[in-house]
Parts: sequence; C-alpha cells; structure tokens
Amino acid sequence: MATPNFLFGLAKKCFTVGLINLTVSDRYVSLIAIRGSSMSPTFNPHEKKSAAFFMDDYALVEKFCLEKYKFSSGDVVVFRSPSNHKQKNVKRITALPGDWVNISSSHDVVMIPEGHCWVEGDNPACSMDSRSFGPIPLGLVCGRVTHVLWPPHRVGKVDRKVTAERFSF
Amino acid sequence: MRAQFFQFTQRWKSTAKEAMDHTILFAKFLCLLHVTNNYLCSPTLVYGPSMLPTLNLTGDVLLVEKMSHLLGMVGPGDVVLVRSPENPRKTITKRIVGMEGDKVTFLVDPNHSDRSHSLVVPKGHVWIQGDNIYASKDSRHLGPIPYGLILGKVFCRVWPPEGFGLLEQ
Repeated sequence: MATPNFLFGLAKKCFTVGLINLTVSDRYVSLIAIRGSSMSPTFNPHEKKSAAFFMDDYALVEKFCLEKYKFSSGDVVVFRSPSNHKQKNVKRITALPGDWVNISSSHDVVMIPEGHCWVEGDNPACSMDSRSFGPIPLGLVCGRVTHVLWPPHRVGKVDRKVTAERFSF
Repeated sequence: MRAQFFQFTQRWKSTAKEAMDHTILFAKFLCLLHVTNNYLCSPTLVYGPSMLPTLNLTGDVLLVEKMSHLLGMVGPGDVVLVRSPENPRKTITKRIVGMEGDKVTFLVDPNHSDRSHSLVVPKGHVWIQGDNIYASKDSRHLGPIPYGLILGKVFCRVWPPEGFGLLEQ
C-alpha cells in the first residue's frame, strides 16, 4: 500500500528530476522535433503524407551559443517566430549584421541591421522565413542545432552550409 | 595487513560517498536557483534616463517576475524587461503602450516637432515606449518589438529603500 511517506518521497523525486531537466534543457542541450519540409535536404528529406510523430526528425540543440550570441552564417538555429512567440522555427542563418542580402522576389538589396540576422529554410519552395518577415532580432534565437538524432540511418552532425549566391562588401 | 587494507578501502569509500552526496546536493541547489531565476522572479539593475519619472537615473534594483509573459498576461501599462533587438546581450526596460492589433499614436521627434504618426501594431508584436519620451530609445526608433523578446514584467522596486514598493501601472 502507498503510504503518505512514500508518496511524499515520490513527489520530491519528480520535482528534483523536473528541476534538473529544466535547467539542463535551458542552459546546455535539449531535444527538438522537426516538423514540416522547410529544411528539406537537411531534415525530413522525403515527402511523406502520413505525418506520424516517429517519422519526424529529432535533433540536438545546444544552448552554449546563447551566452555570447555569437553565430556564423550557415548555422542552423532554433528561434521563436516573430509573429507568434509560442512557436519555434528551425532555419539556417544566411546573413549576419552588416551583410547585404539580395531579395530575389523584388530584386532589392537590404543591409541587415545591428543585432539582427537573416534566416532561410533550405527548401525555398515551402519555407516561411526572412523572405516573408524580414530580418529577425538575434534575441529570438534560442539554440543551435548540431546533430540529428532520430532516424537511425541519418544520425550525424548538421554541417554548416554557406550559400554562395550571397554577397557582402 | 589485510584487515588494515579492508579498513582503509572502507574509509575511502565512505569519504567518496559523502563527497558525491555533497556535490549532488550542490548541483540540485544550482538547478533550483536557475529555475527560480528564470521562471519565478529575479533581481535586475536598471539605469538610464529613459524611464525617468518612474525609475531613477542613477540605478534601481527591480524585481522582475518571469511568469506572466509566458502565460500571456502582460498588457498595456506594464513595465517590462525586454531583450534589446539591437544587441541581444543587453536588456532594456520600457512600458508597453500597445499590444498586437492596437492602434498607437506617437510623436515622431518630440524634441524638435510635434508631428505625430499612428500605426497598427502587427501580429505577435508589442509597442514599447519609455516614460521619458525625450530621451528614450524605444519602438519609435526600433519599430514594434516581437513578443518573444519580452523577458519579464517588473513588479516591485527594492532599491533605493525610500522608493521601495510595488510599481504602479
């Protein structure tokens, strides 16, 4: 029979595990499930209609980069969507403050302001990124994706990829 | 000889166990500290002229509560701590003037002209302004701020002692 003492001990254990879990996932590393095909060649490479949760990619997110907010272009980052703070997106940084970005739709060239970055999905066909909402503040970034963990045949590092069509002065 | 060796290992084992227990306790304490700091409330030092009648120029210690922005319970009139969009390592303290969908009217440059401008705050953003509109760098220069940059709501002043108390809206 469960005694009050036992229940108290169990609650205490759960609380401690929760605390440690929260701290580690806030400060060091966490896991994220990647939905959708906006990062298609890197994550979720094949089209699939049956969206089951075990078909998604799971990736490791490191949070050490948040201490200094130092990123380099080509990093895959997790950030809060600027239009909905509850939603997190995974995209690739393609330009950092001071870089110039060529917007293909309007043939404009814009400079990224101080403290912002330009994020784009690897699959330009279906990606909601800086091409629609403009540069985002670096403060919205909440981690850098370093490794793919789940589909066992694709476990490995996420490599930094720089698209060559960008130019900077 | 053998008994001595046995005694020695026994003693060493108990010391190691004690050290381990202390380390775990300390780690748990740090985790508790992190969670309290990030999800309950934390002290912050703010200074500068931008919130002048409410907060002092020389520096106030404020208690910032970190729950209501996660639950979406901040509204116009609240003083909030925001990660600066220009430099993610800095935070700024301002007052919310409008939430998403609100229409805000503001003086563009109160020092030189009384030209005013009004706009509708886009989805997922807030409009923040300092109480001292003559010396404040806020949404009038930075534009609407994404809600995801809000770090907490200021609710109480701790230092200086004569200003101790809850902040009025």
